[in-house]
Amino acid sequence: MSRLPAAFARAASQDRAALVTFVTAGDPSPQGTAAVLDALVAGGADVIELGMPFTDPMADGPAIQRANLRALGSGTTTAAILDIARDFRARHPEVPLVLMGYANPMVRRGPDWFAAAARDAGVDGVICVDIPSEEDDALGPALRTAGIDLIRLATPTTDVARLPAVLENASGFLYYVSVAGITGLQQAAQASVEAAVAHLKAATTLPVAVGFGVRTPEQAGAIGRVADGVVVGSAIVELVEAHGADAAGPVRDYVGSLATALATARKELAA
Amino acid sequence: MTVQSTPAGSANSLRTQPDERGHFGQFGGRYVAETLMPLILDLEREYRAAQQDPAFQAEFDYLLKQYVGRPSPLYFAERLTEELGGAKVYLKREELNHTGAHKINNCIGQILLARRMGKTRIIAETGAGQHGVATATVAALFGLPCTIFMGAVDVARQQPNVFRMKLLGAEVRAVESGAKTLKDAMNEALRDWVANVHDTFYIIGTVAGPHPYPELVRDFQSVIGNEARAQILEAEGRLPDMLIAPVGGGSNAIGLFHPFLDDRQVEIVGVEAAGEGLDTVRHAASIAGGVPGVLHGNRTFLLQDEDGQITEAHSISAGLDYPGIGPEHAWLHDIGRVRYEPATDAEALASFQRLCKLEGIIPALESAHALAVAERIVPGMAKDKIVIVNLSGRGDKDIFTVAQALGVEL
Repeated sequence: MSRLPAAFARAASQDRAALVTFVTAGDPSPQGTAAVLDALVAGGADVIELGMPFTDPMADGPAIQRANLRALGSGTTTAAILDIARDFRARHPEVPLVLMGYANPMVRRGPDWFAAAARDAGVDGVICVDIPSEEDDALGPALRTAGIDLIRLATPTTDVARLPAVLENASGFLYYVSVAGITGLQQAAQASVEAAVAHLKAATTLPVAVGFGVRTPEQAGAIGRVADGVVVGSAIVELVEAHGADAAGPVRDYVGSLATALATARKELAA
Repeated sequence: MTVQSTPAGSANSLRTQPDERGHFGQFGGRYVAETLMPLILDLEREYRAAQQDPAFQAEFDYLLKQYVGRPSPLYFAERLTEELGGAKVYLKREELNHTGAHKINNCIGQILLARRMGKTRIIAETGAGQHGVATATVAALFGLPCTIFMGAVDVARQQPNVFRMKLLGAEVRAVESGAKTLKDAMNEALRDWVANVHDTFYIIGTVAGPHPYPELVRDFQSVIGNEARAQILEAEGRLPDMLIAPVGGGSNAIGLFHPFLDDRQVEIVGVEAAGEGLDTVRHAASIAGGVPGVLHGNRTFLLQDEDGQITEAHSISAGLDYPGIGPEHAWLHDIGRVRYEPATDAEALASFQRLCKLEGIIPALESAHALAVAERIVPGMAKDKIVIVNLSGRGDKDIFTVAQALGVEL
């Protein structure tokens, strides 16, 4: 049973957006990721996205590309990623954990193997960047059988005609990629995000989380006024890059600043 | 000489792939980020319209004839045939095309599609620089700005082509990520595309990438096989017994093979780059040494480790130095219609030199791989048999690499 609906419901009951944070598994090292994950939770993250490193992360910007290379360079295997997930689940029984990555490492041993392994490691959801709804067969049925949420992505190029296909079989939450581009670079205009979120929320009952290019507490707060969740990735990954084995403290403080911004964002609006 | 529309054919025709979802059996497909999905659906719609548009076909034919210099000759290599002592060897002379290889056929087709779609900026990836030069060429021809992504390692070792692209007005962006070769150039081109979808057309250089690219690149390259078929019928009054072509991504090979797929009596051989040998890790033979997986928009045979991480390819020929293969080739291997054989760096080098001396033709190292397999097979064939080898490109670009391999300092 996925922990995602409860996490979004809890945030909603507190009149705030859920904070969704991303780090790459195995960064700075397979052993060092646990401390970073704990820092995310300590800082107030509601949902953890754990990136599965891949040699060819073609939807990612420079920060996450480098994190992928660091993780692979330090010997992060698929088994190590599943260990990181399993250990996280043991320490944090209630925090939803989502694996995010590219198709090939996920389907290498077959989709059924991957879905079962992820379920056994306590994973709640999967985001696969390069399996659009047209190729759902490659992974979707296996995840649904295993009871794992398949989180779909919508983008500024997803038009009205296409949206129903994207939403079909989507669960957990809907991830709105707010810019047509790669991770970590530009930020979308606030007005366009508001319009897109309104449009998506009219089409689905799933929570809508917005990501790509969100860096500052102010940006997070602004998006958190309209979206059900705010996703922050590259900015955290850059802290891990800068601080390496000592990243937990800076990561906790930074995530804390995002959580504070989200906690107050809607109240400021009302005031 | 027309754009090959998918033939209606009989139920068991091998020429009706892919299916409507872009799948060749279990291969192919559209494994792309959601941002790109609407764009490739648009491209497919536009391509279907172009296939039905006589004006599009006419412009394609005109440019292939008057600008590229088609048809390319089908040349009976008499001295090579004598030397090998078996079947008659014909060379399909794609190296005589403008820009020196088959790459230009596809670039002409795709830039015409880009114009139909109202796109105003062109991007492409390149390995050795041949596709980059061909793309820069057509971009210059139509006055469109063009950015070529090329791995920093390839930029360093292919300076003449880098300079050619710049002369043609293209911006060459050196890619510093990953191993800094073709695969990384393709990643970076995809990153650029996803950030510039509104005005940019991505001219993919081979029969890979998401549907409809493998199909449309094949169709544009099928001019090779359509010509060869007519030419051999004229020269010999019958179809050949065997076709041989080199396969990296596989666009020249599929271009030659596709019009013959339903002629079951024609044996078809694709040649993969075996680098330093299939018993080493330094090769680029994704069928012989890889397993199916997903990369760059399609499912196909890939060089990868047990966790699905892509491993680096190696070949003396930069044009074959890619860890995957076009999905239609993966399917043709799967169903057994095409046989894929390896040729090593050393074998290709030997064949490269032999063709220079016997026929006065300096072949591309890619093409030399096909010649190497021809030299292996042809001596065992009867003298009344006929083999066509695709001479996909000329070797001027490779003289520095060959000199280095032979220990000659230029």
